[in-house]
Amino acid sequence: MDKKENVISLLVNNKPDVLARVAGTLGGKGYNIETLCVDVTINPDVSKIILTTIGTKATVQKIEAQLARLIDVIKVENLTDVETVKRELVLIRMSLTADNKNELIRRINQLNCKILTFNSDHCVLEFRGSKAEVDKVLETLKPLGIDDIARTGIAALERKN
Amino acid sequence: MKMKGTQILLECLKAEGVDVMFGYPGGSVIDIYDELHRNPAVKHILVRHEQAAVHAADGYARATGKVGVALATSGPGATNTVTGIATANMDSIPIVVFTGQVPTHLIGNDAFQECDITGITRPCTKHNYLVRNPDELAGTIREAFHIARTGRPGPVLVDLPKNVIAAEVDYDPAKIRIDSTRLSLPPKPSSKKYVQLLEMLRAAKRPMLMTGGGILLGKASEELRSFARRAKLPVTSTLMGLGAFPGSDPLFLGMPGMHGTYFANMAISHCDLLICIGARFDDRVTGKLETFASNAQIIHVDVDPSSINKNIVVDLPIVSDAKSALENINRLLKDNSYTATDAERKDWLEQIESWKKKAPLSYCQDSEHIKPQCVIETLHEITKGKAIITTEVGQNQMWAAQFYRYDDPNTFISSGGLGTMGYGFPAAMGVKLAFPDRIVVDIAGDGSIQMNIQEMATCMQYKIPVKIVLLNNGYLGMVRQWQELFYEKRYSNTDMTFQPDFVKVAEAYGWQALRARFSSRGSSPTGPASWTSRCPARSASTPW
Repeated sequence: MDKKENVISLLVNNKPDVLARVAGTLGGKGYNIETLCVDVTINPDVSKIILTTIGTKATVQKIEAQLARLIDVIKVENLTDVETVKRELVLIRMSLTADNKNELIRRINQLNCKILTFNSDHCVLEFRGSKAEVDKVLETLKPLGIDDIARTGIAALERKN
Repeated sequence: MKMKGTQILLECLKAEGVDVMFGYPGGSVIDIYDELHRNPAVKHILVRHEQAAVHAADGYARATGKVGVALATSGPGATNTVTGIATANMDSIPIVVFTGQVPTHLIGNDAFQECDITGITRPCTKHNYLVRNPDELAGTIREAFHIARTGRPGPVLVDLPKNVIAAEVDYDPAKIRIDSTRLSLPPKPSSKKYVQLLEMLRAAKRPMLMTGGGILLGKASEELRSFARRAKLPVTSTLMGLGAFPGSDPLFLGMPGMHGTYFANMAISHCDLLICIGARFDDRVTGKLETFASNAQIIHVDVDPSSINKNIVVDLPIVSDAKSALENINRLLKDNSYTATDAERKDWLEQIESWKKKAPLSYCQDSEHIKPQCVIETLHEITKGKAIITTEVGQNQMWAAQFYRYDDPNTFISSGGLGTMGYGFPAAMGVKLAFPDRIVVDIAGDGSIQMNIQEMATCMQYKIPVKIVLLNNGYLGMVRQWQELFYEKRYSNTDMTFQPDFVKVAEAYGWQALRARFSSRGSSPTGPASWTSRCPARSASTPW
């Protein structure tokens, strides 16, 4: 069976050790968490964890069943084959030099990146989009001198068309 | 009413119906022991090692179906409970383990006897808690017991910082609320599933049952017996389920898998419908997954959705506890006036009978040595099959499973999933405390018994008269057996070249101990030693 990236959305009780339980359930069985996005929902007692992991359908179903066993997990949903909006945000710090500045400004406009800070040595950019779009932006900017990045991981929400 | 945390703990234990707990004191739990001194509301058994406290609580839980309770101090006391907790976790046994913890303001400071026991036990508990707020103590304890015994049972650990249990807070049992959304069970299966099961059963020519620990945990032995007999289904039971269906019933096939009978395995290979209830297709049962029950449709009833389709992909999954599933099935059979006829099952049951005759469980008698199988058969005769047997792990365990026929539920108590050597003896203490009028025997090997032999002192201190039958072959027998069969007889580190004189060890603890050197069927292995043998069986019992 083919392995593919799965997006799993969990509603969990907003407690200190819940993330450790979720991560341990995957890690303890040898599955890597590729991306992870966590924050509280509109109910402050409940958090949402959206994670992606790579595996076959059968394997991911087992992971979901194991996650559902956790006392503090309220709901497990696999959004992989559901109509969803998926977005990721990346912050990118670029090193600025006399050589790359003009080219960088051109690229920033072309790629629809938002400039958050800009000084003589560095600038911090923001970009939102699908995982593939984020990858593409990073690839484009890489030759121009990326200093550091921070990605949020994928956030996903069902469209309910 | 204002109450100290330690008092609240004892009040909560009483409210949960706890009559005995097993533990070992230390700096972080000294307040609890101080409270027990003032208010001996719950009988406390001082073990000699925290691992034994958890096994004893586990044995008590397996024998009674109630939640077992253990208590240990922080740091090493807590880490010593881990093997016991993991044992209970693998076999889905309801226990609650309380551990002491350093005061909350010292947590994370590498304080004396500090360890992150909730972190350590996260993967081997059903759930665990670090109680940070004294106001949450009572609710947490109630929730812990509820989680331990609900759905698929399991161990729950509650870590109690010293300042939390020393604090005085309001306690009103009527006001304790637990959050039911955290504890919801999967929805009951639709009745269509059972109709489908009946259809599959009607269509099958060679149907059979495979049952496991879920029958015992779900207290569904009666329902199982009635279903199997009405539908005339041969029954194979995993190690964990022994006793749920009578070992002496003609429909019983013994265990499946690696340590199972020829006829149970032949039946699984040839059946066309396998109804598995409360078992989880462990690798020791299935062997190679591709060839397991390859001619059969499989129905799997389990209370835990994560057990279904985990190892074996099944044709009809039913998420339910064993008791309500079997009640539904039995009701449906009755409503449809379904009873399997003799003619319908004749060929299949005759075929099984011929397999039983071809290769029954057997062993070669030997005039020089006492065969362990013979010891267990003799034990069955002497106790008329009415003892509660606990086992250690290894060959002793498999022989005890194979050669002592268990006719009643909860009479075979053994570490199945984790395979914990040193389990059987402390577990026997827990069983005996629950059933003081029953004969409780730990069938042990010379390797396993040394892993918790110190509990002989506990038995003396509290007058817990369990018996130990020690099958002493001077080897770590199960590993040696593998070395013999699969490692070209390279007996690396399985020869216990030096052994203590177990009779003297037992006597030093104040026990009565006897050594049997020769086998003589009909004579008691607890009788005086008269034969000589390289592999003597030893029997020890407390003097009461």
